[in-house]
Amino acid sequence: MLPLLRRALAGLGVVFGVVTLMFALIRVAPGDPALLLVGPSAPPAQVAAQRHALGLDRPLPEQYAAWLGRFVRGDWGTSIATGRPVRAMLAQAWPATVRLVGISLVLSYLLGIAVGVIQAVRGGRLDTVLSVATVTLFALPGYWLGLMLVMLFTYRLRWLPAFGAAGFDADFLSPTARAADRLRHLALPLATLTLVGVGGTARYVRGAMLDVIGAPYVTVARAKGLGETRVTLRHVLRNALIPVLTLLGLSLPALFSGAVFIEAIFAWPGVGRILVEAVQARDYPVVMGATAVSAVLVVLGNLLAELLASWADPRLR
Amino acid sequence: MRGDAGRLLRDRRAALGAAVLGLAVLAAVLAPMLAGDPIAQGDVVATRFLPPLATDPLGAFHLLGTDRFGRDVWARLIYGARVSLGVGVLAVLLSVVVGVAVGAVAGYWRGWTRVALLGFTDFALALPRVVLLLLLASLWQPSALLVIVVLGLTGWMAIARLVYAEVRALAGRPFVESAVGLGVAGPRILVRHILPNALTPVIIAAALGLANAILLEAGLSFLGLGVQPPTPSWGNLIASGRDTLVNAPWVAAAPGVALVVVVVAATLLGDALRDRLDPRRNG
Repeated sequence: MLPLLRRALAGLGVVFGVVTLMFALIRVAPGDPALLLVGPSAPPAQVAAQRHALGLDRPLPEQYAAWLGRFVRGDWGTSIATGRPVRAMLAQAWPATVRLVGISLVLSYLLGIAVGVIQAVRGGRLDTVLSVATVTLFALPGYWLGLMLVMLFTYRLRWLPAFGAAGFDADFLSPTARAADRLRHLALPLATLTLVGVGGTARYVRGAMLDVIGAPYVTVARAKGLGETRVTLRHVLRNALIPVLTLLGLSLPALFSGAVFIEAIFAWPGVGRILVEAVQARDYPVVMGATAVSAVLVVLGNLLAELLASWADPRLR
Repeated sequence: MRGDAGRLLRDRRAALGAAVLGLAVLAAVLAPMLAGDPIAQGDVVATRFLPPLATDPLGAFHLLGTDRFGRDVWARLIYGARVSLGVGVLAVLLSVVVGVAVGAVAGYWRGWTRVALLGFTDFALALPRVVLLLLLASLWQPSALLVIVVLGLTGWMAIARLVYAEVRALAGRPFVESAVGLGVAGPRILVRHILPNALTPVIIAAALGLANAILLEAGLSFLGLGVQPPTPSWGNLIASGRDTLVNAPWVAAAPGVALVVVVVAATLLGDALRDRLDPRRNG
């Protein structure tokens, strides 16, 4: 458990670093931070009050300590655009992001591992065809794929909704109808994020399988008379999965990044959409809070991946 | 090295990737000869939303149709290639410079420099890149230059790690030790003796990084935080087609297809380079 503790501390360091970076960036960026935080239409008195509240009239280290203190206490200010407390906005949003990213992560790894295994084991023409497919999926920009799926399934076929996580009438539906409504809203964003993810995972699994498939212990397993399926699953895949699980941790930031675009396209009520809207509206308190929450989510996901990897590979314990 | 290039081109993926990228670059460079003005609007009412392969009332042919302002989609696509490819290439160059510098210094000099640089690299790797991009894009005025700087400064970590591993391995090799023995200064050893031998992974990472940079530029411009219209970039072209998906799907489809084709080409080239140049994979 000691390595895990070390990773947890490192993760804490990352979050700390992000908050510090934001402080530095705000100071380096053009414009008056006080003005940025209260908005351009604020009266001078309010700007002056914000200036004092931010402690801009105090020395830099003191300002930094105050900034850090406010962040740790969860005092993230109020949104310029909506007037709501930033913390409340994000508290409402993060479960939607975790739901979307989490389900997509599981699906894209399961599908990606299946495709990669088939490619590595079967080889030949099928491998070539699937390679073309996975590299194309890998290259698809999520926001564009999302738009194309919307064009097809929402505008042409009129099968699936393209916006939000639930219909306007959701509160008036029966529990089963409400569940179906939620699933229908989840379908397109989830499919988009998953399709893009499958490409990358399958490519990686295929490579990892091929690295292992010629190893001496695989030959030994065959020589012992084990069936081909058992050799593939227990000896090749299990070892190939170790780098794949490590990749899972490393790919989390990318997945969150992808989710930012997907949430913006599909108006999915998560942290990514809040972030994009806040950036477009120059709503700084919200941008800062959403950045911090994203960093925390990524760090937590990384720890989870670490746990999984140590479960798959006893040598890591 | 020349033999390597020949063998590389016999790999179908490398040949295809290089050919497609070459064509895209050629089209971008020759844009004024291949297409009309990407910004000019004629008679908007008569020429807007023409489907692909249509000829407008003035007799002008539109290979990929027109957008809502009657602008030629083909022309915007070709001129957009200039911006998208240019930004991608410059961003990757910046990443390579930063990544090689950080990786080389960390790999060659032991002690706290190494610890600090590696720690910083790990920290940067753990950040969600798009979140950082959005944060930066919100603090400064969006422009092509900002996108290059931001993409460059958030994309160097993989290169730094590769160079670090390579330099560290090379630093113990006899030819480096003999250079040390001859009294050659540290920086000179690093630049003249070690780095030229450590560049293989950089080339591979750069090809794959290019694919990523082009995608991200398009993403930022798509959100309105990158290259600003009316200057066309593939990202803001996709965004401009977003509202007209129903009656003019070609406006968003064309730049998306171009994006996918170029990114696939860069990825294939990167894959082939890795298989060819990475000794561990050659067995």
